[in-house]
Amino acid sequence: MTDLPPFLLFYAAAIGAAILPHKARGLIMLLVPIAGAFAVLQLPDGLSVQLTLMSITLEPLRVDQLSRLFGILFHIGAFIGIVFSLHSKDRSQHVAALLYAGSALGAVFAGDLLTLFLFWEMLALTSVFLIFARRTERAYGAGIRYLVIQVISGVLLLAGALMIYHQSGSLSFGHIGLNGAASVLIFIAFGIKCAFPLLHNWLTDAYPEATPTGTVFLSAFTTKVAVYALARSFAGTEILVYIGATMTCFPIFYAVIENDLRRVLAYSMINQIGFMVVGIGLGTALAMNGAIAHAFNDVIFKGLLMMSMGAVLHMTGRMNGSDLGGLYKSMPITTTLCIVGAASISAFPLFSGFVSKSMVMVAVLEEGHPVVWLMLLFASAGVFHHAGIKIPFFAFFAHDSGIRTTEPPLNMLVAMGIAAILCVAIGVYPWVLYDLLPFEMEYSPFDGSHIIAQIQLLVFSAAAFAWLKVANIYPPELHSTNIDIEWLYRRLAPKWIRSIVETMKPAQESLSQVRQKAGKGMMRWILHHYGPEGTLARAWPTGSMVLWVAILLGASLILYYA
Amino acid sequence: MTERQHIFDHKKNIKRVLRALIVLCVVSFAVDFVYHRHVVHPFEALWGFYAIYGFFACVILVLLAKEMRKWLMRSEDYYERDD
Repeated sequence: MTDLPPFLLFYAAAIGAAILPHKARGLIMLLVPIAGAFAVLQLPDGLSVQLTLMSITLEPLRVDQLSRLFGILFHIGAFIGIVFSLHSKDRSQHVAALLYAGSALGAVFAGDLLTLFLFWEMLALTSVFLIFARRTERAYGAGIRYLVIQVISGVLLLAGALMIYHQSGSLSFGHIGLNGAASVLIFIAFGIKCAFPLLHNWLTDAYPEATPTGTVFLSAFTTKVAVYALARSFAGTEILVYIGATMTCFPIFYAVIENDLRRVLAYSMINQIGFMVVGIGLGTALAMNGAIAHAFNDVIFKGLLMMSMGAVLHMTGRMNGSDLGGLYKSMPITTTLCIVGAASISAFPLFSGFVSKSMVMVAVLEEGHPVVWLMLLFASAGVFHHAGIKIPFFAFFAHDSGIRTTEPPLNMLVAMGIAAILCVAIGVYPWVLYDLLPFEMEYSPFDGSHIIAQIQLLVFSAAAFAWLKVANIYPPELHSTNIDIEWLYRRLAPKWIRSIVETMKPAQESLSQVRQKAGKGMMRWILHHYGPEGTLARAWPTGSMVLWVAILLGASLILYYA
Repeated sequence: MTERQHIFDHKKNIKRVLRALIVLCVVSFAVDFVYHRHVVHPFEALWGFYAIYGFFACVILVLLAKEMRKWLMRSEDYYERDD
């Protein structure tokens, strides 16, 4: 029983959820992550389940500290997301969410690249329904773009895996490192799901278009599976340090001017993944632990922020900073919980982001990357600015939008409450998490220097925001779209294709004329022979047949005697 | 019908928050003169390095982002429109 891959439980529950009535469905959905988490805790280190399929050895279950930690994380993320979506009557979303969580578990426990590929694609196929479920034209378009990009990532992964199999005869999903074409393909495949710069736009395009509950699931799994895969295969790859540093910096500019608050969080998500990518690029024990711990914390605090915004969207139907404000009056509990998430992502001491982020920062300096360190410090100030202050400020405070609503349904509050408790618990007593980390290290989380430095950074960032706001320099929230790299495929490529079609039109027309003429000629010929008046359709009199038979017989007689 | 007054409906409460923030700034900055932070890089050893860096990082971030709007901002239905 213990060596069944954890994804099976979720897939089985998805079948149950597809047929059971609402209440029973809710019960099963709550029980599955709890039972699953216990099962994962029982899995012994070093457990490997292998099966051979057409002479290829697959490893659908591989357990070590890294995969188990992500396994537990995904159970927590799934549980919080499920509690948050319990009120929903939308069966398709529940089924999709269970399959999606199961696929994430399948991917982190995969021991070979083919199994990884399978779940990599399943992640895309199942999660896209959480976007479609919004049932708007925009969501449909965003979902299709999301799916195409995710499937491309999967195809690259498969191509790379097959090349590696061809070269080495092994499909093992372990350290790969950047060497040769196959590894580059896999690197890009992981990079797409990880939202590397220029490959990131699917995330900010699709996540804000999903349903209020769907985005909570989306923010937990896909990118974290990619971070896990990078940690597994490309630890210590130096280029990741620079890629990660870029990821921490550029999205915060977009986050400052973005109006849709869930899109602000999507940009901030890229920024947080950047910290993890830097840690993985450094590859030291401290950096790797920092990256992994940060991924763990991010699922919870980003989940909390996404939930608080989901609650606002659910209750008011609005998500733009320009339309919201003053909601602290009618949603005080949601406001408080949102602020806990904001404090955690901003890495306030005693909140969950603080220790994991400083681990990466310290590792960056120790490994001698002062410029990268300055970039990360800039990004730390920036994340407080746009996720820590902007999100709660424009949703719950700012000018009073006049919206009067109530707190969201109880299940939503409970889900946010659980996440908030975890944020504070890990922040106050980080050892619950740090004792589970896979690498040996010496690190004291509550170092006086770090605490003071971080408080100074945050307090003065807040002062900057306050000053800019009071002095009316802060850019107002505006209804707008900001052009990002997606412009290439949402605007330029369609335009080119249209213009190519336009220029080809005369040629196409003359071609179709030729085709029509040829077709007409052929039809005439066919009708001539086979049509109702055609030669072959004529009714022949019996006499003429007898005559022909007589002629043939006569001819054969003559030939016989000749 | 008058609605219940909430905490930030009073201007003086906003002022209080701002004043508290200023006090926090001054105190946290002053700590640098008393407590000797151990450092890995010489940047960090500068007095008030984190405070000043944090402040200017945010100001520059916002000013640059504002500038970006001139180049990147389009109408909300930009991708839906056909032209």
